[in-house]
Amino acid sequence: MPESRNAIDVRNAVKRYGSFTALQSITLSIRDNEFFTLLGPSGCGKTTLLRMIAGFEEVTEGEIFLFGDEIENLPPHQRPVNTVFQNYALFPHMTIEQNVMFGLEMRGSSKEAARRKAGEMLELVQLAQFSARKPSQLSGGQQQRVALARALAPEPKVLLLDEPLSALDLKLRQAMRSELKSIQRETGITFTFVTHDQEEALTMSDRIAVMSAGRLQQLGEARDIYERPVNRFVADFIGETNLLEANVEEVDSTVATCRLANGLTLECDAIGNARPGADVHLSIRPERVTLVGASGDPWQGTVKENVFIGTDVQTVVQLQGGIELTVRTQNSAAGVATIFDPGTEVAVGVEAGAARMLED
Amino acid sequence: MSARGDVRTYSGFRAMTLLCLVVLYSPLIIVTIYSFNASRSITVWEGLSLQWYADVFWGPESGKFKQAAVNSFSIALIAATMSTAIATSAATGIVRGGRFRLRTASLGLISLPLMVPEIVTAVATLIFFNFIGFTRGYLTILVAHIAFCIPFAYLPIQARMQGIEDTFEQAAQDLYATKAQAFRRVLLPMMMPGIIAGFLLAFIVSLDDFIITNFVKGAGVETLPTAIFGSVKQGIKPNIMAISTMLLVVSIAMVTISYVVSKKDSST
Repeated sequence: MPESRNAIDVRNAVKRYGSFTALQSITLSIRDNEFFTLLGPSGCGKTTLLRMIAGFEEVTEGEIFLFGDEIENLPPHQRPVNTVFQNYALFPHMTIEQNVMFGLEMRGSSKEAARRKAGEMLELVQLAQFSARKPSQLSGGQQQRVALARALAPEPKVLLLDEPLSALDLKLRQAMRSELKSIQRETGITFTFVTHDQEEALTMSDRIAVMSAGRLQQLGEARDIYERPVNRFVADFIGETNLLEANVEEVDSTVATCRLANGLTLECDAIGNARPGADVHLSIRPERVTLVGASGDPWQGTVKENVFIGTDVQTVVQLQGGIELTVRTQNSAAGVATIFDPGTEVAVGVEAGAARMLED
Repeated sequence: MSARGDVRTYSGFRAMTLLCLVVLYSPLIIVTIYSFNASRSITVWEGLSLQWYADVFWGPESGKFKQAAVNSFSIALIAATMSTAIATSAATGIVRGGRFRLRTASLGLISLPLMVPEIVTAVATLIFFNFIGFTRGYLTILVAHIAFCIPFAYLPIQARMQGIEDTFEQAAQDLYATKAQAFRRVLLPMMMPGIIAGFLLAFIVSLDDFIITNFVKGAGVETLPTAIFGSVKQGIKPNIMAISTMLLVVSIAMVTISYVVSKKDSST
């Protein structure tokens, strides 16, 4: 029996379609009242997991608990969770108000009570004046908010959101991120959000589960996952990074000294399986490296190219031994002063603690 | 409006359009006009009159036509209702039933009657009724009409249903509706334009059918097409034109309803 204060406990959940395994034994807990995100590339199994919680996919093996109650064998209409669908799935033959009232009425509320609650919900998403319209008369962003109001109206124990922002344009998406976050805080309902957009995940989530190829890769707070990725997939998928091959030279309790292929050494936190002689990968975020004019420094190389990306300039430096390192410099007066033309000899400075040893 | 690729800029477009319209509609227009003719002749115009409409309702053949009309409309109504109900279930099973064995075969079997020459269906149906010892009459016409109307009702319903993503039913079930409630409250209303179109098509096809009806009807039981055919065999009188015009009005009404329903649907 899992601790009952978790909103959702998934225990060894497996999903197979014939001989294809979509989910390989997932175990994770979603806490009450948190904004939880399932993040991963398409085909990683995140939507399958969400649909298993909602009840649209059968669980091949394992259990799912909702506040301690086992739910994986219940049909969708008996699970007190609601979903915001990717395409919204608003009922086109009903008005906005009827859409929001639907779940309440199906749960047995009187028409009066349902109408009152629907009014409150439409107020919450600032669409009260549109209650008599049909979904097709609303813009994409408005339909999105109606879908949210409809799913929140029956006060589900957990709200599931299946890439709800992916159909919106960038500006609207950014506005909806903070709106979703504030509605989550206001209602106190646990949100479980599925996305492939790492920026979306980082900005909204209390905790993130990174998934790939049907497996849970890492679970933690946004900063944790960004600063301390456990493996190459997470380091590469969340943000940008330099992945370098290295060999562990020595381990001194918590600090490991690693030697790169070109002979340079870096110090980083030692992780569980690090022992002298082991081949490992290191991750170094580009913004944790700075460019300095050439000196006698062993960390010397040639600027290969500069790419302007608005807030930053990204410089690729070729170090000795053919190792390439990407460096991000902020597009400020101070930053621009350290940018050099391609072909220039420079040295790079890797911040202390910037290198992160990965498990695989 | 007249973009470069517009067909209206093609040479011969106007002539072709006019030719098609004339071939398609001039017989209908002539029949309609001559149904108001005061003459007994079907080719000589002698002035405006409603006498042939009066003849249909009160003339010597009026009893026969009234009975035929009652038969035709009651059969069309029942056959269209039954075949639409069957077609709706079939479409639900085939479109929403996932991949089951014989899915393609069922789909083929349902639409097969559209491809088979009607005379074959007519003979086969007749042999079938003889084989099981069914006395020919009103009921045999009705059963045959229900059967051959199914594919006509099925096609618009299936087309409509394929356009409805299954997330709508999932959303309904997610919002605490049982499968039956999800079907009744969400899927069925969304399918309604297709169901209405299927019903109207089946109704018209049933109303209009001659070959199968002529084979399976019993002696003395007539529908409008067989009654009209019987009268025509004794020479065409203008009262036939009056009946045809009235049938035309019914068809136009059906098409108009169908159009209005689909129009209303696309605006919501």
